[in-house]
Amino acid sequence: MREKIMYILAAVGIGLVTWTLYKVWFVLPKEANVAAYQILYFHVPAAATAFTGFFTALALSGFYLGTGNLKYDALAAGVVEVALTFASINLITGMIWARYAWGIWWTWDARLTSMLTCWLIYAGYLILRRAIDEPTQRARLSAFLAILGCVNVAFVYKSIEWFRTQHPSPVLSIRSGGGMGPGMEAPIYWNWLAMACLGTVLVLVRMRQEEISREIDSLRRMAHAY
Amino acid sequence: MEPREFQFVFAGFCVAWAIVMIYALTLGLRERRLRKELDRVRKMVEKR
Repeated sequence: MREKIMYILAAVGIGLVTWTLYKVWFVLPKEANVAAYQILYFHVPAAATAFTGFFTALALSGFYLGTGNLKYDALAAGVVEVALTFASINLITGMIWARYAWGIWWTWDARLTSMLTCWLIYAGYLILRRAIDEPTQRARLSAFLAILGCVNVAFVYKSIEWFRTQHPSPVLSIRSGGGMGPGMEAPIYWNWLAMACLGTVLVLVRMRQEEISREIDSLRRMAHAY
Repeated sequence: MEPREFQFVFAGFCVAWAIVMIYALTLGLRERRLRKELDRVRKMVEKR
């Protein structure tokens, strides 16, 4: 059943990405007020997918702290790993756009720095998990860090409204921006859905690996018990 | 779109999907390693 869901989600994700690429390259206008604005179609959905993942990890960490069930902890770790991949896409595509639009790869602007801090917190989460061997202690500390990290995620989300710096202000109409013109916003949301589908597939693969790891551990325990 | 702008947009798209591909490849390699390890441990348990 899980395999079927994975294949369906992967097919939906790939289909949506193909459709979005077609829209961005062949349908949408080549020029706009923002230079190289097409990068936005990956930059924004990647951030949205990463934030969705970080908030999912927050909920799963809360479930772990409430129930003590290590399955929630394992799932949270998988979700953070995938969300961090999308956060990396957000940062790197942003840097490529900045190089073209501003002539620099990076600036210590509050909006950029807050996203980098967010990335470092969740990278720290994964490093912390590797550093602690005892599963319960690892799960508890990771859950606290995931909860703490989400405070920063909320800050990053609001930072593009709070700070008037080099990073462009919100453009999407749902974020009280001016909008992008007729038909130009929709591919951003479709790409978000595509990335969410592909991200879910990656989390499911990650979950299967957690199950194999648990099976290996239990077989090892059984072998030592003889 | 001028050629330089196209280069940057194209690089952005390529990098975005390259990151996903690299991560998926890492997951695939990790799974292969885990399955090998599982087979090895299963054989060890069966021998005992």
